[in-house]
Amino acid sequence: MDYTEISPDKSTSESNNIWFKRRDFIKLTGGSLAGLLIFFRAGPFSLLATPADVKRSLPTDYNAFLKIDEDGTVSCFTGKIEMGQGVITSLAQMLADELDVSFNKVKMVMGDTDLCPYDAGTWGSLSIRVFGPAMLAAAAEARGVLLSLAAEKCGSTADKLTVKDGVISISGTNEPLVSYGELAKGRRIEKFLDTVSKPKDYAEYKIMGSSMLRTDAVSKVKGEALFAGDYRIPGMLYAKILRPPSHGATLISADVTAAKAIPGVIVIEDKQLIAILHNDPEIAEKALRLIKAEYTISEKQVDDKSIYDYLLNSGAEAKVVNEKGDLTTGKSASKTVFEKTYYNSYVAHSAIETHTAIAYQDEDKLVVIVSTQSPFGVQDMICRELGLALEKVRIITPFVGGAFGGKAPAQQALEAAQLARISGKPVMVNWTREEEFFYDTFRPAAVVKLNSGIDAQSNISLWDYNVYYAGSRGSDTVYEVPDQRTTSYAARNVHPFGTGAWRAPGNSTNTFARESQIDIMAAASGIDPFEFRLKNLKDERMIGVLKAVAGLFGWTRAKSPSGRGYGIACGIDAGSYVAHMAEVKVDNKTGHVEVVRVACAQDMGFCVNPHGSKMQMEGCIMMGLGYTLTEEIAFTGSNIKTSNYGTYQIPLFSWQPKMETLILEKKEAMQGGGEPAIICMGGVIANAIFDATGARLFQLPMTPERILAAISKG
Amino acid sequence: MEKIIHFELNGKKVQIQVEKDQSLLWTLRTHFGLTGTKYGCGLGYCGACTVLMDNEAVRSCNILMPDVDGKKIITIEGITSDNALHPLQQAFVDHDALQCGYCTPGMIINAYGLLLKNPTPTHHQIIESMNDNYCRCGAHPHIVDAIKSAAKVMKE
Repeated sequence: MDYTEISPDKSTSESNNIWFKRRDFIKLTGGSLAGLLIFFRAGPFSLLATPADVKRSLPTDYNAFLKIDEDGTVSCFTGKIEMGQGVITSLAQMLADELDVSFNKVKMVMGDTDLCPYDAGTWGSLSIRVFGPAMLAAAAEARGVLLSLAAEKCGSTADKLTVKDGVISISGTNEPLVSYGELAKGRRIEKFLDTVSKPKDYAEYKIMGSSMLRTDAVSKVKGEALFAGDYRIPGMLYAKILRPPSHGATLISADVTAAKAIPGVIVIEDKQLIAILHNDPEIAEKALRLIKAEYTISEKQVDDKSIYDYLLNSGAEAKVVNEKGDLTTGKSASKTVFEKTYYNSYVAHSAIETHTAIAYQDEDKLVVIVSTQSPFGVQDMICRELGLALEKVRIITPFVGGAFGGKAPAQQALEAAQLARISGKPVMVNWTREEEFFYDTFRPAAVVKLNSGIDAQSNISLWDYNVYYAGSRGSDTVYEVPDQRTTSYAARNVHPFGTGAWRAPGNSTNTFARESQIDIMAAASGIDPFEFRLKNLKDERMIGVLKAVAGLFGWTRAKSPSGRGYGIACGIDAGSYVAHMAEVKVDNKTGHVEVVRVACAQDMGFCVNPHGSKMQMEGCIMMGLGYTLTEEIAFTGSNIKTSNYGTYQIPLFSWQPKMETLILEKKEAMQGGGEPAIICMGGVIANAIFDATGARLFQLPMTPERILAAISKG
Repeated sequence: MEKIIHFELNGKKVQIQVEKDQSLLWTLRTHFGLTGTKYGCGLGYCGACTVLMDNEAVRSCNILMPDVDGKKIITIEGITSDNALHPLQQAFVDHDALQCGYCTPGMIINAYGLLLKNPTPTHHQIIESMNDNYCRCGAHPHIVDAIKSAAKVMKE
């Protein structure tokens, strides 16, 4: 047996392989020494796993662990966080199924740097497809350890035993032998795994693959679920921070005399950081407004109209992403060549929960409760900026009220930490919506220049794809083209304010351009756009989702523009394939678009929670309507004019199209589910608008003004 | 300028000394510790802070405390008097009518306000009444289904 039993009195002995402080762990998990701890390693995913108090750049064998309590409860500790995407449910399904315990016995402990093993962050639709297999392997190994223990107990061998709902019996009998909880009782057993155990085959899973309702719903409907702003620490003060009028402004002077005169106000002045602390956030806000500040302004000479020329002339560096054949050959093989340029604006993440953090000192530890997608990233940042050791900073991630990439950066956590350190008091930083729009790391404005051609048989013969500032994710050609090149252009510090990852980063921009261009070529060929795609595709998974969505939607073939307002688009993101079809009505007088229905088929490999995944697909469709139709940041120089929802319209109930979603049944490797279905929304609606009106839109969002302009152009 | 006001909060009579420009939202969250009512935009656009004032759904970020004097306020914490879920809360759970859950209390209270006024709303009336409550995750169709289903239960 390669496990070791550790009696409770020896439990504080440090193992070289354990990165957390045993004492802290016991304290934080309720003081009980009982329970079975299974440590598991990340297998091929060791890049995700680096111990917090060693050196994070070094890979290690361990990335997560689970704990079985005496009552049979299984806790899974993971650095992933729950922001609405539903991994609190689907990861629990996976653990329960692999371990053979009932689903309601699994408790998820997420995003706490003192309790959970290192994780880079919850993004990129990685939780199921990358963390998932590691967790399954670990659970399989845990199950093996427990069976060995039971076999020892009854003088049998593990292969003669079966498990159901955490109770072990001898195969072929229904007589319970021992439960996982009983095995764990009164002792802690650690086993370090040398090999990654083989999880079950996909066909054997029962809880995985079943639709489950969210496990966090009851606490959320009762208003009891705690988000970062809902924590109350004794003596806590709210911080309101002096903000510059624009990005690139530098504070010269601040007169805080009037603010100081308000009773109970504490003014913090630390270089560029000027803040008011008060136990009432509204009084703090009032005091903040009394500060007279002067700035030097340094702004880039650009606005929301000139941004595209500005980006194209920014001296961006070219990086060839993909190249096949020769573009000159492709050009001469083409009967018709199409040279088009596509644009999209800056878009906000706009989670309804703004960036929030509370920081306080707990004995020798700085604790920060923060709405973030990357608790360990926040820990790194705070340690780096404040010069603290990792073990002196604990990050706790409660429920996150939406993120979409926007809560990967967590400036507010550093602000709270700084202010708590300076003031010696617990400090809450709860950004206003205005601060949220000012400091959001927007989806970057981007341009795609695309030069493509078709031959006499309407086969795509040329594809010269150039994307500026969106990034290369989703820039795959997808279609069969003998002569093609994809180039991504970017440079640093070009944008007049912060930009960053926005749900399926870059892919919505790239899919909009590619799928619009395909439609243009289909129309020029006089071929139905669904037919044209099939004709130019060889990828079976893509053909699969296209045919599936056509069946779901009830697509009948016609040359576009057919007047029906039907659109189609497809793409790949996070390992998943998606295809969308939509029907729109366009008011030719007002330019208003009504999206009547959207169908979406997704091939995401094995799907852990079909219901949850479909909700993600619907969420992507709804959210995608925003960047497609209305959302864009207005700015002059580095001065962001969009400050609240009065000038920034996110999708509403009344926008809801009839949504139909379908997930292809696959017993293959699990792929991403949180982002893929958003990538086609710009393309599918642009193509539907063209089909309705004959007007082609090249810029997102497709506002009524732009639609009217395109219609009048003919 | 401070003033003492009296009102009913989740069925209990309370009194509090308030500033004239103090909002109901932050009073609930800080003074009363009722954090189910959320801040979203501070200007009444998003509806995350929705509460009932005399059975009418209002944006608590836009309500000043002096205007609460003598009123009855119900927040998500006071939607039921016992521990059981309110039919709307149960319907939200059954229909998975949420993702991140941040807008959920506001959604439920706004829907409650609608059902108190109109126990049998049409699909169109639900959409119209819920339209200015923002959900960024896109749980909209499930929320509408939940409200329809709760309306049926509440009628019985």
